[in-house]
Amino acid sequence: MIYKDKKIVWIFLLPTVVLVSLFLYLPFLASISNSLYNIPNLAGTNKVFIGINNYKEMLTDPVIMTSVKNTFVMMIYTVVFEVGIAIVLALLVDSVGKMQKFYRTVYFFPVVISATAIGLMFILFYDYNIGLFNQVLAKFGAEPKLWLDEKKALGMLSLPVIWQYIGFYFVIVLTGIAAIPEDIYESAYLEGVTGFQKVRYITLPLIKGVIRTCLILVITGTLKVFDLPWTIAPRGMPNQTTYLLGTYQYKTVYEAARVGYGSTIAVFIVVVGVVISVIVNKLIKQEDM
Amino acid sequence: MDAIVKKYKINGKAARPINTKITPSKVIIHAILGCWSLLTIFPLIWVVNNSFKERTLILQDSFSLVNPTNFTMDNYITAFSRMNIGGAYVNSLIISCSVVIGVMCFGGLGAYVLARYKFPGRNFIYGALISAVLFPAFATIVPVFMALYKLDLVNKHLGVILPQLAGNLPFAIIILVGFMEAIPLELEEAAVVEGCNPLQIFTKIIVPISKPSFATVAIFTFLWSYNDLFMQMTIIRKNEYLPISALLNKISSQYGTDYGLMNASVALVIIPVLIVYLVLQKYIIKGLTAGAVKG
Repeated sequence: MIYKDKKIVWIFLLPTVVLVSLFLYLPFLASISNSLYNIPNLAGTNKVFIGINNYKEMLTDPVIMTSVKNTFVMMIYTVVFEVGIAIVLALLVDSVGKMQKFYRTVYFFPVVISATAIGLMFILFYDYNIGLFNQVLAKFGAEPKLWLDEKKALGMLSLPVIWQYIGFYFVIVLTGIAAIPEDIYESAYLEGVTGFQKVRYITLPLIKGVIRTCLILVITGTLKVFDLPWTIAPRGMPNQTTYLLGTYQYKTVYEAARVGYGSTIAVFIVVVGVVISVIVNKLIKQEDM
Repeated sequence: MDAIVKKYKINGKAARPINTKITPSKVIIHAILGCWSLLTIFPLIWVVNNSFKERTLILQDSFSLVNPTNFTMDNYITAFSRMNIGGAYVNSLIISCSVVIGVMCFGGLGAYVLARYKFPGRNFIYGALISAVLFPAFATIVPVFMALYKLDLVNKHLGVILPQLAGNLPFAIIILVGFMEAIPLELEEAAVVEGCNPLQIFTKIIVPISKPSFATVAIFTFLWSYNDLFMQMTIIRKNEYLPISALLNKISSQYGTDYGLMNASVALVIIPVLIVYLVLQKYIIKGLTAGAVKG
């Protein structure tokens, strides 16, 4: 074998291992430890050990409850609309055959734009005076609306997230469909299976693995959502009703300077993410049986 | 149905007969897909169009197309003079290019070793690197910030570069190892006969062959670093060091009602990305699907 000299292994791996340990693993462990302290400033001085008190506080914090509820509602929106529309678009694009490259290029484009820019763009759309939405209403002679009021705000925060990422899941699903061997379709065609039946009994079952990947990415992605809601509705505007786990964590740490409690929320986000991913994996696997 | 699926899976591939006839159903489908394309593109056109208008004109009618009589560059001039957009571009480029170069060098060397050498602890290290993709920035940011603060790296480019470098390495390793493992060994064996050392094999054989996957890694790392508001906002608070996304966020909170400036700022952030995307989209979509479907 040519790869016998093992000394070089450690030289080549060293930078990666050092960086990932120092900036991902150690900080994560430190966050777990910090969640057991009361830390009143970002310099980390005056730490006081308070055991699981932060976790107890989390159970009674009304804003955490709002954030959890909002995060789960947004998760449902994104699962249904992001993945749903992506699958429909992918099936349609696959069925027409032509112009696939064009649709792929166009649909994927929002994914590469920064969420901050998209957030700003949607602020302009929602604006009461000049907003795209109200001007469309005006064209139809309707009264302008306040788009970011308490009732609609969460939906209006989910809309840009969904709009931006449909293209991402569209491309993944389309690739999954393209990987299905053509002869399966051909034989189905000979058996007289066409149209909707073909989709229901052949295409969808065969891209189950891809759909599972999409679901896990969507769900963990929603847990991490920060840029867009923070740009459009900073500090849970209006009235702390639109906080998500990510934005509330940021506010707790950087604006309220409650570092220990913020770490508790961070640990909670990771735990929820792992638990939901495991559940999704189990659910979809069971159906395969 | 399962029986058919199984039976035909073993057989060789047959080309699907592509129906070139124009049928009514196809027209409808193209119409739906076309509408969605419009929904994707129109908002961007609206923003760019309005960025060339006076504030009052936007208020009157934001749909009218700009024409030579009402065309103005004022919004862009304001953006550059008042908001230091130019400086923010430079900051972003320094940070993102450093991150890309670092990820390519370190990730490339690491992936090469992981793809080619068998050594004790290899699976453990590989597994640990892959699982690091799962850590959200929230879970690591506070201790990272404290450490950077002690090292006096807060409000410095390097303070953003290091954590972004670490955050992008796991993704790079996944993509690069996947690609390098598939390269046949013959070339490297020939190189050894010629007297090449491992570093030479890496630079002369592995890197040139893996170019497409390096391209994917470079593009995604660049985009994520350029677009990453959370890290930029947390580590850099001084105006003169703000990268573009963080500056944009500031503009929206300070000049939220200056609609022309807002439109111009959004356009300024999107345009470089649009150019990168159109030039390199082949690598972007290919690399993404290779990584996503596999992982």
